[in-house]
Formats: sequence, structure tokens, C-alpha cells
Amino acid sequence: MSGAVRRPARRSSWQAAESGEMLLVAAAGMLVVAAVAQTATAGLVQPRTALAFGALIAMGELLRLALPGDREAAPIAIAGALGYSLLTSVGGVPATQSALQVIVVTAASMTVGALPHLAAGRPPGVAGMASRLLAVACVAVVFRPLAATGEPQHQWWFALAAMTALVALGWLVKCLTLALIRADALRARFGVTLWDEMRIQLPLEVAAGASAILISFAAQVMGLVALAVFIAPLLVTHAAFRRYAGIRATYLQTVRALARVTEVGGYVEDGHSHRVSQLSVAVGRELGMSENDLLELEYAALMHDIGQLSLRDPIPGGATVLVSPADQASIAELGAGVIQQAGVLDRVAEIVRCQSMPWRGPDGEAPVSSRIIRAANAFDDLVGASVDRDRTAAALERLRLDSAEYDPGVVEALSKAASRRAVVRR
Amino acid sequence: MGRLSRPAWVYMTAVLLAAVCVLVRVLIPVVRSGVHLDWLTALITLAVLLLVCDSLATTLTSRQSAWSPSSAISLAAVVLIGPAGAAVVGASVLITVRTGVRFSQRVFNAAMYTLSAYAAAETYLALGGRVGTPGRAEFPAIIGPFAAAAVVHVLVNLGLLGGMLKLARQAGGSPKGIGLSLPLLFFSDVCYATLGLLMAALWSVGVRPVGAILALVPLFVARWAIGQFAAQERAYAATMAALCQAVETKDYYTRGHSERVSRGAAMLAREVGMRAERVDAIRYAGMLHDVGKLGVPTKVLQKNGALTEEEFAAIQLHPMRGLEIVREIGFLDEALAGIMHHHERMDGRGYPLGLVGDEIPEFARVIAVADAFDSMTSNRSYRGARSVPEALSELRRWSGPQFDPALVDAFVAALKREGWPQPAAAPPDAGDAISVQDHDDPTTPLRVVDSR
Repeated sequence: MSGAVRRPARRSSWQAAESGEMLLVAAAGMLVVAAVAQTATAGLVQPRTALAFGALIAMGELLRLALPGDREAAPIAIAGALGYSLLTSVGGVPATQSALQVIVVTAASMTVGALPHLAAGRPPGVAGMASRLLAVACVAVVFRPLAATGEPQHQWWFALAAMTALVALGWLVKCLTLALIRADALRARFGVTLWDEMRIQLPLEVAAGASAILISFAAQVMGLVALAVFIAPLLVTHAAFRRYAGIRATYLQTVRALARVTEVGGYVEDGHSHRVSQLSVAVGRELGMSENDLLELEYAALMHDIGQLSLRDPIPGGATVLVSPADQASIAELGAGVIQQAGVLDRVAEIVRCQSMPWRGPDGEAPVSSRIIRAANAFDDLVGASVDRDRTAAALERLRLDSAEYDPGVVEALSKAASRRAVVRR
Repeated sequence: MGRLSRPAWVYMTAVLLAAVCVLVRVLIPVVRSGVHLDWLTALITLAVLLLVCDSLATTLTSRQSAWSPSSAISLAAVVLIGPAGAAVVGASVLITVRTGVRFSQRVFNAAMYTLSAYAAAETYLALGGRVGTPGRAEFPAIIGPFAAAAVVHVLVNLGLLGGMLKLARQAGGSPKGIGLSLPLLFFSDVCYATLGLLMAALWSVGVRPVGAILALVPLFVARWAIGQFAAQERAYAATMAALCQAVETKDYYTRGHSERVSRGAAMLAREVGMRAERVDAIRYAGMLHDVGKLGVPTKVLQKNGALTEEEFAAIQLHPMRGLEIVREIGFLDEALAGIMHHHERMDGRGYPLGLVGDEIPEFARVIAVADAFDSMTSNRSYRGARSVPEALSELRRWSGPQFDPALVDAFVAALKREGWPQPAAAPPDAGDAISVQDHDDPTTPLRVVDSR
């Protein structure tokens, strides 16, 4: 019976995750169909320019960047597409492509650039492409009519101001769409995801936007050669970002892996750190924490038991919920000491240190991250990998009753996250 | 750079003299023919931009070299204001406000920029480039001379800098070496230098410095990314070290072992000429090589007396357990192989797989040497620390059957040059756990009960 109850819940969450994305892709698709129809009747103007920019966009789509938090960006494609939208003249000849042609060229080259990803078995990233296309469309729809008046060619300061404003608009549109999808998929708050998205996309967008404006200005003098000259610095910037994203990912992987030493050493049950960190992040998201805070929470949750390594003998079963408060405090203190050694994770160390405090103790309130880990750890000690409903309910009941130790707000969020966890893991 | 040696001083003086000669040579005709106002404004604008760039130079990873996107501005100067202007713009680095630069370094940098800008400008002219704001008619013909100028600029720059660093290193001033990958640096510098052409082209759009500033935006974003990368890398190394320390904290006698093995392995890797990324990978592999020991019950590690077959098997399993822990990390596969096979022996009598000779991955052979050496030069409960020469002669004795002879020789050579800080010998605290056998020590193999 419980299986029958679970299945619809699972499907609805699956549908919810898809619906935002589907809406976005459908909107972008409709836009492309309209643009293709229009361009097909009017014909492609200045095909050489279209081809050159198309090639740059396709290359940018091929060289996508992984950003923190499972994001993908294609800064070179954005630079190319925005540059094409903001073009005023190429080597003295006015650029006459319409906004719809910009959309067609961008969509076609993005698709070409995405094909190798498909061939290599990577996800095509349709939602990301759709949000990029929408952003470019917004910029093109405003700027192309403006360029047709010839005004931007004569007054560079006017052109510069308009371009800068439009690049910012494109960035905003992209962040809005991406944040909508993300809030939907992760069940996070929209305001928080929007802020995260804007923060994370900002540096790349600044680079891509400035490049687009530069391409537009440089093409006035240099013609299409500007594109060729520009590829080199764009590629190096790209490489710098790739290395940055790479080390960030490795960092998290390493902490995840090394958090397992407590399991290998027999101090805690298998998978404990991983489960506590997953649950803590879900709870933190439920409480509307930002991504930076969530990352610190994840680190702290992964390493919350690292202090046990200093114990001579493992605690039987590894369940810290069952040992005396003094021992819990000393494990937390030892763990915080280890983390503090690194010198760069002081806030994480503080979270680990406070995890043994009752949430409203004599020393004041514990940080919310510590409260979350405390509750998640207790929950996992009581329930383990099991997703049995009765056991989950009993554990939650116990946490609820102990409202001096566990923050009721956190426990409520935990019960929501735990019910989803049961659904997802089945 | 530490205190400069005599050859380094001679070198620096020579570079400085050359730069002064160049400046005098290019400025005499300019002064004779009178200074044009446009030329002067362009020169001042570019010099200011160059100073801004140089002042915000970012430190590359943990090594002591700075990366700045200034070559783009030098090259814009080459196109816009010719050899004389470019040389003067280069010399303006003398008044950089970058913190932590010694006066001698400042002078050297200014001389270096002057010479490289001048060489680039002469190349540009020789290949038919025209000085002045490039117009529509000049594209794409200008690209050839400009590209040659960019390559020359970067080559002269890196060549002069490389010579200085080499001399400083020989004097023992910078024991770590720069460890930068030169081809990579060359490539990225040339790529950024092409922005100089864009700056020069934008000069005519009426945007003037605005165009140049706009061209700097992507550069500064890249600089930001590199800075973030360097910060993350430092944070990463520190976190890894802290966690490894936590793992070995239980046993008094192995404290600091991982970190020293990591250092030794990296030193040896550099000595045999591994690329910078591989050296980084082996540094991490050395740090993590014994992490699987945590899976070995403490009572086995601390057992006083001969081990049973099962206990010995548990110890032999530790490289595999280590691999199990670190497999998820997106390392080079080589680092994983190094961790798994660091107890193999050249004669095939090691564990866990009993690989022979060249079958053993290079990383594992390197770690094995550093591992045994550190074990011998640290205190153990059953003996004091051996001296470095003693440990080296032991390494030589086992070179062949246990260790790769080529690596042992390289290790001896590296050690002679860079030295080895032996761990301080403090007595253990009362609460410390103490091991009485060391599986890493080749001179005192583990005693195993012979069940036959």
C-alpha cells in the first residue's frame, strides 16, 4: 500500500522539476520557429557576417564551462551572440541583420555547438541554451531597430551606454530564467536562487558583455578580423575559469572522500557523513540559506565527526547521539580544532564546534548551521540508511519532544526534507 | 628572490645598462624633432594603464611569480607610438605601486619591459608595420607584423625573467624553483597580447582610452579567476594537510609523516623532470598515501611482537583501503596508482599485487623512496632517528631489489641540493598512542609469525 501512496508523489515531484524547464524551452522554441519563418521569407542578409559570428557562437557552445553548483555557462557563445546583436557596422558597411535573424543564427549555431556534447553522451543542456537564447533575443529586439537608425554609429558614447544597459538586461533575463528553473527543481526559494544566480554569473557575464561591446566597436574598424583577433584572449580567459571551476570541484570531492575516513576507521556507520550532509543541505535549502552558506554547511556536515579520529577507541556504533553531552562537546571541539588547522575554514570550524550545543543554551544561540547538523546527525543516528516510515516518524517525534535541544523550526524543515528523502530513495 | 648573488648582480646590471642605452638611443631623435602633443597624450594614457595593470598583478598559485596582463598595453604602444613611446611606457613600470616589490626587482622589471617593448617595436617596423592609429585599410595586413611583435615581446620578456630566476635559483635564493610551466605562460601571454591590437584599433573610433579600458575588462575578469584559483588551491592544500594530520594524529611516531613524504616525493619528482601538474598530483598522492592505514585496527598497528598472518594481511591491505577512500577525488589516475602501489618492490615481493620493476607505476616508485627515507629519518619507539647520510646509505643498499636505482640516485642528488629538515625529536606525551613497528621502515621489516 505504501508503494501505491509513494508513486504519485514521486511522479508529481518529477513533473514539477520538469515543468519550469519545459515552459522555458517551449517559449524559446516558439521564438525560434517564428524567427525562422520570418527569415526564410526575407532571406539572410550579409551571410558572411552571419557565418563568422555563427562559428564563434558554435565554438562557445562547444566549450561550455562548469560553474559551481552543477551549472553550465557558455561565455564565449554569449560574447559572440551579444556581439552579433550589438553590431553597428563591419569595416564601414552598416550591419543590417534584423533581430529575428540574430535569433535564427544564434539558435542554429548553438544547436551545432551542442551536437558534439550529445555525441559524447553528455547532457545537451537544452534549458541553459534556451535561457541564453532568450537573453540574446531581448538584447537584439531592442538594439537592432536602434542600429537601423544609424544613431549608434555616429555617437559612440550613446552606443556605449545603450550597449552596457542592454548587456545588463540580458544578464538579468538569463538569471531570472535560470533561477526559476533552479528554484523549481531544488525546491528552494526563488529570491534566494535569483540572488545566487546573479552572484555566480556576474564575473563571466561582465567578461562576455565587455567582449561583445569590444567586438562591436572593433568590427567598425577591423571588419570581421576583429573576431579572429578576439578568439585568443577569450580562450585564455576561458581556460582561467575552467581551472578555477576544476579546483573547486576537486576541493569538494576531497572533503567528501576524506570525510569517509571515519567510516573506514570504524568510527561511524557506513555512509553516515554523506547522509548527514545531504540531509543538512536539504534542510538548509528549506530554510532559505544561500549557496555560500549551503557550501559551508555541507563541509561542516561532512566533517562533523572528524573529531572522533582523536578518540583512542571508536564509540560503539559510532552514534554520537548516545554519548554524554560532555563527550559530544569534546568530539566537536577536537573536530573544530582539526578543521581550524587548515586556516581557511574558520567558519566551518565554528559550525562544527557549536554542533554539540543545545540550540538555546546558557551560552546563547548556536548558529543555524550547527543546529541543522545537530538535528540531522541525531536523526541519522536514530534512523540510519533506513527509510521506514514508522522509524522516521518515531525519530522525528523524539526530536520534536526535545525542544530544548533541537530547534523546532529546524526539526520542522527536517521533517519535510526527510519525507522527500523517503520518496526519492524509495 | 632572496639576496642576489654576484652573477645575478652582473646580469641585472647588464640588463639595466642595455635598457638605458635603448632609452637614450630612441629618445634623442624624438627630442630633436620635437614632441607631438597627440603622441604625448597617448604615451601618458598608455603608461597610466600599464601602471594600473602592473599594480594589480596577481600572484600565480603558491609560487613566487606574478602574472600581469601588461603585455597587451606595451603592444598597443608599439602600434600607436612606435619604438620610442613603447620603450618609455615600458620604463614607467619603475613607479609601480604594487606592494612587496623590492627596489632591485622594480628596476629590473622596468628594464625588462623597456627592452621587450623596444624589441617588439623594431620587429613590427621591420616587417612593414606602420606606427600610428591603424585605419580600416590596414586590416588585415597589419596582423602579420603585429603577431611577430607579440611573439618577440613575450619571448624577450620571459627570456630575461627566466635568466634572472635561474641565477637567483643557482645561488640558492629560491629553493623551491618557479615550477611554472613556461610553454603555458608563453601561450597565455601571446593570447592576451593580441588585445593590444584591439586597443590600438579602438583608438580611432573616438573612444580612445575608453576603448582601452574596455579591453582591460576581460583581462581583469581573467585575473580575478586566476586569483580565485590560486586562493582555492592554497585553501585546498591546507585543508588536505589538516585532514591528513587528523588521520595520523593518533600515533605519536607517525605525526607529520604524510606531509614530509609529500614534500620528499615532490622534490624527487621535480628532480626527474616531471611536469608541474604531475608534481602537484604527486604532492597530493604523497600526502594521502597512508590514509588507508585508518582501516587497519589500532591494536594491529601497535602490537608489540610478531604479527599473525591475518594481522599482516590487514596491514598489506592498507594501500587498497586508501585507494577506496580517495577514488572519488578527481585526481590524475596516476596519483591513485601511486597510492595503491607504494609498497610494491622492484623484485616483485611487495604488496598488494607483487608487481615487478617497470610494471610499478612511476608515482608509486617515487613515493616508495620518499616514504622509506622519511620513516628512517624519524624517531621510532624501537630506535632513534637515523641521520640523513645513514638513511641514504640504507636506501642505496636496498636500491635494486626494493627501490628503483635511478630514483634513488636522483633523490640523493636532490637532497644534496635542497637539504632535508629532520623532524624535531620531542618525547611522546602520556596520552599518545605509540606504535612499536613501522611497516615503512626497510631496515626493520615487520615480524610475521611463520605459520609453516
